[in-house]
Amino acid sequence: MPEKRTSDRITRRGLLSAAGLAGAGMALPRRGVAAEGAKPDPAITEVQDWQRQLGDGVDKRAYGSPSKFEHHVVRRHVPWLTAAPESAANFTPLQALEGIITPSGLCFERHHSGIAEIDPQKHRLMINGLVEKPMVFTMDDIRRMPRLSRICFLECAANTGMEWRGAQLNGCQFTHGMIHNLMYTGVPLKLLLDEAGLKPNAKWLMLEGGDAAGMNRSLPIEKAMSDVMLAFAMNGEALRPEQGYPLRAVIPGWEGNLWVKWLRRVEVGDKPWAAREETARYTDLLADGRARQYSFVMDAKSVVTNPSPQAPLRYKGRNLLSGFAWSGRGTVKRVDVSLDGGRNWKTARLEAPVLDKSMTRFYLDFDWSGEELMVQSRAMDSSGYVQPTRESLRKIRGVNSVYHNNGIQTWLVRGNGEVENVELG
Amino acid sequence: MSSWARRLAPLVAAGLLAHGAAAAEKKLGLGRHALPEEIAAWDIDVQPDGRGLPPGRGTVKQGEEIYLARCASCHGEFGQGAGRWPALAGGQGSLKADRPNKTIGSFWPQLAPLYDYTRRTMPWGNARSLAADETYAVVAFLLNLNDIVADDFELNDRNLASIKMPNAAGFFADDREISERKFWNRNPCMKDCRGVPKVTGRAGEANVTPDAQSAPKVD
Repeated sequence: MPEKRTSDRITRRGLLSAAGLAGAGMALPRRGVAAEGAKPDPAITEVQDWQRQLGDGVDKRAYGSPSKFEHHVVRRHVPWLTAAPESAANFTPLQALEGIITPSGLCFERHHSGIAEIDPQKHRLMINGLVEKPMVFTMDDIRRMPRLSRICFLECAANTGMEWRGAQLNGCQFTHGMIHNLMYTGVPLKLLLDEAGLKPNAKWLMLEGGDAAGMNRSLPIEKAMSDVMLAFAMNGEALRPEQGYPLRAVIPGWEGNLWVKWLRRVEVGDKPWAAREETARYTDLLADGRARQYSFVMDAKSVVTNPSPQAPLRYKGRNLLSGFAWSGRGTVKRVDVSLDGGRNWKTARLEAPVLDKSMTRFYLDFDWSGEELMVQSRAMDSSGYVQPTRESLRKIRGVNSVYHNNGIQTWLVRGNGEVENVELG
Repeated sequence: MSSWARRLAPLVAAGLLAHGAAAAEKKLGLGRHALPEEIAAWDIDVQPDGRGLPPGRGTVKQGEEIYLARCASCHGEFGQGAGRWPALAGGQGSLKADRPNKTIGSFWPQLAPLYDYTRRTMPWGNARSLAADETYAVVAFLLNLNDIVADDFELNDRNLASIKMPNAAGFFADDREISERKFWNRNPCMKDCRGVPKVTGRAGEANVTPDAQSAPKVD
C-alpha cells in the first residue's frame, strides 16, 4: 500500500485556487501554508540523466515497445485454472488501459492447442458444403476484396466465470480481463459466401481453425450475412499470431469462442454441428440440470477498473473513478455507479466514441474522505437491458453455468485505500 | 433464434449489405474452384446425424489398448481425468448436484460430435494421427467406460449415429429474451434501492489470485 501523500494534495489544491484567483484578476496569494517548510522537489531542482545525455537513436527500436517503467502492464494467467499453458487463457490488464482501444500486445489470449505460426503464403480459406461452387481463396485474393474497418469487443463467454459462487479472484484483470476491444480490418464474410453461391437450404455455417485444435463452431446464416467479418488486421497492423494470424472471424457482439482464429474453412450446412465447443463446452448448465445451448449474444456488462484491487486509491480528496461498459445487443446507453453497494446510484459520464458492440469508457468524479466504499457499476444498453445483480442472475441460472456471468461487480474500498473483490448480501 | 434475426434486419439493409447486394449481382471474380481432392483432404467434420463419418470400424477392446497408450496420461486410466485435464467418464446423474461432473456419459447429447472432436484435435499435441478405425475404437472404448455399450461392442460408420446418449434431451436453445425478460427495465432504481449491504464473501479469503511477483517477465 503506497503511503498517502496528504501534503501533495494540499499543495495541488493551493495551486488550483491560486490559478482561479489569478484568472479573476486578483493578486496571487502566497503558496499554501502546508507547503511552508517543505523541501524543494529534487525532481525539479536536480538535473536528471535524461536531461544531460543522449538517448537511443532511430532504429534502436525498430518495432517500438512500451517504456520500461510500464513493464508491470502485462497479460496475466491463472495457472491453476487450466491444465497446460497451450490450452489456457490469460487476461487483459483492464486496470491499466485508457480510452477504448486495447493495445495489440495486451489483448487476452485463449488457445486450445497453442499459438499456430502460419505462413500467409501457405494459408488458404476454403468454402464448401451447400454452395453452388466450392471455393478456395488465398490471402492475396481476400486483400483484393472491398474491405472495411470496425471497432468491436471480443469477450470470452467464460469471462467472470470464476465468480458464480462468490468473490474469487482479486483484480479486475482476473475477474473481467477476458475481453479486448480493437479496430479490425477485413472483408464481409457475405462477399465470400456470395462468391461461392449459397444453396436455398443453407441455414448454418461451420467455422474451422487451421491450427492443431482445428476448433469448429456453428454460426447461423443470418448473422453470417449481416455483420460478420473475416479480419486480417487489428489496430492498423497484421493480426498478431496469438489472435489468429493471418485470418480470423469477427462476430460482433457474440461470444469470443465463435471468433475462430487461423480460419481455414467455412462449411455451409442445413443444421448446427453441435460440436464439442457448443455442447460439452460453451453451454450454460442451469440448476435444473438442463443446459442452454447456442447462447451467442453477450449481455450488457460493465466493471469499474479504477479503483479496483490492482489499482487502489492513493489520495484522499478529488479522485476519478473509471471503467468499461459494453453490450452485444447494441450501444451502451447509460452507466450508473454506486459507492454504497447498490443503495444509491449516480449516472456516470460516457466518453465518446460510444460505438455499437464496442467497449465504452465511463467516468465519475468523486471526493473521498477515507470512508469505506462499496463500488459498483450498472450498464444499460440500447435494447433497454439493464445489467443485473449477481443474486438475480443466480436465481435464474444457479451457480454452475460457468459462462455468461454479467452480474454487477462489487469492490470494497477500505479506509487505507486498499480494494478487495467482495460479495454482498 | 428468430428474434435476433429480426433485430438484425435493419442492419442488413443499412450496413454491410450495401456492398453485398452489389456483389450478389456481379461477382468479384476472386478465388478459384476447390478441387475434389482438396475438399476430401480438409472436409473432416462430422455432423450430429453422422454425415461426414469416414468408413471404418473399431471395437471396445481395440480402443482400450489405444486409449491406455495415447489418452490415459491426461484423461486417466478410467476416464476420471488427471490434474486439470477433463474427465471423460462418470458423473451420470450429477448435473443437478452442487458440483456437477460433466463428462461424455453425463453431458454430451450426441455421439457424432465426439468422433468429430477426437478426429480433429486428439491426441493433444499429435492431432490428426489416429486413423479412422482407431478413432472408432477409441470412441467405442469411451462409450464402454461410460456404461453405454457392452465390452464386446463394435462401433462403425453405420451404427454410430443411432447410439442414444444418456443426456440427449438435456439441451435447449437460448431463451434469455424470454426467461430473463425482467432484465429489460426502462427505469432502474436510483435511490434507496436496497437495505444496508453486508460483505458476505471476500476474494482475500479465497486466496487464489496469483501475486504480482508471479507475473511473466518482459524484456
